[in-house]
Amino acid sequence: MSVDTSIKNFVVVGASLAGLRAVEAARKAGFTGTITLIGAESHLPYDRPPLSKVFLEPGADEPELPFFREEATLRDDLGVELLLGEPASGLDTERKVVKLGDREIPYDALVIATGSSPRQLPGAEGLAGVYALRTLDDALGVRAALDRGARTVVIGAGFIGSEVASGANKRGVEVTIVEALPTPLVRATGEAMGQAIASLHERNGTILRCGVGVRRLEGEGKVERVVLDDGSIIDADLVVVGIGIVPNTAWLEGSGVACDNGVVCDETLWTGVPGVYAAGDVANWSNPTLGERQRMENWTAAAEQGAAAARNALDPANAKPYGTVPYFWSDWYDVRIQFVGSPQADEVVLVDGDPADAGRWVALYRRGDRLIGALTVNGQTEIMKYRVQIMKGGSWEDALAFAQSRRVAAAVTRAS
Amino acid sequence: MKVCVDYGKCTGLGICESLAPDYFEVNDAGDLVLLKEDVSPEDLQAVQEAVDGCPTEALSIED
Repeated sequence: MSVDTSIKNFVVVGASLAGLRAVEAARKAGFTGTITLIGAESHLPYDRPPLSKVFLEPGADEPELPFFREEATLRDDLGVELLLGEPASGLDTERKVVKLGDREIPYDALVIATGSSPRQLPGAEGLAGVYALRTLDDALGVRAALDRGARTVVIGAGFIGSEVASGANKRGVEVTIVEALPTPLVRATGEAMGQAIASLHERNGTILRCGVGVRRLEGEGKVERVVLDDGSIIDADLVVVGIGIVPNTAWLEGSGVACDNGVVCDETLWTGVPGVYAAGDVANWSNPTLGERQRMENWTAAAEQGAAAARNALDPANAKPYGTVPYFWSDWYDVRIQFVGSPQADEVVLVDGDPADAGRWVALYRRGDRLIGALTVNGQTEIMKYRVQIMKGGSWEDALAFAQSRRVAAAVTRAS
Repeated sequence: MKVCVDYGKCTGLGICESLAPDYFEVNDAGDLVLLKEDVSPEDLQAVQEAVDGCPTEALSIED
């Protein structure tokens, strides 16, 4: 690995996973200049997946706060200047400065890792007891409400909402999920599998109401009930809104960095503006492995892109494409849902198990004659074998034959 | 060089298996099984990527 020695100031905007990995990768690559990490939240970088998972589970003990590194490690070992608690307000790519209130932070190389913000429910402003689940502070608030036994309504049956509902259900509190679309999770997993995964809620005793929107939230100062479009009313002490996220690009307005569903990047995560790269939820990049433009909203991509963007930003002459087979997971009730690849498929075939009678199945996604995606529910030993096949551009025929051999092997194991 | 797993941290997410399938496999129960412990020089890069890619920072390579 090498770095361009004319680069003295490396600035990373966004102090979550992608930003952290960017500063770590910079030092690992041998960069000895100044590193500045700017974060909107006052917290040190922390890990988000636990916030909607173990963090909400019942238990007498307060969960450990999932900080990645101690402040001393970042400051002293990695030599990072931390500017936390204030979001970047603008970017001047002519003068190469990031604006932070009335301060200006100069850069030679920049990684934009400002992530995304939860979509808001209109009219929910000023009502206590209404949360998104994005930040550590959100998670602490939701957890405290669940500790008090709050009657819970989750708006949006996506992965975050479903994990919150699962956590509430495990505590025995009343929980209802309301989803505006007829089938949840279609964008992430396709129509058939969205329906199949959503059935896990009913199987576990959580009420899921699909195809009905929220008319308004009501309450005096704090939320007391949710009124649905069909006029029905659900009493609630806690409302968690999980209706998607929007990439944080407003601060880039007028900077010359192109934004369209995130910061538009090429295969090397470069924005086309000298010295400026992007990573994580905010990056809309061209994924050479799948041959499609994607904006990921998952841990794996944030971690890998953060590091890749930093390496490329610090050695642009030798920038390498970043390609991946996307991977995300979600934990609900006693199941782990895992998805690799892309849900944009011509056909989805169930190759093992059956959502109708078991909490375990494997589905494969075909695009043309290629395996393009795989979904497993409690199929931890299966999923990554398909990720490897997708990485290698494996054929659909080979994937089906492999699935068949796995079924036979499993049957032999069970019989012996 | 040896690859080490902190089973207290590992939750069987499997990224390591997809990056270095000769070394790691998640079993039916969702637990990580180390298939090989000694890292050969030609596999070092793949195993290092698996270590770096672990969401729970459960993996390390030791001399």
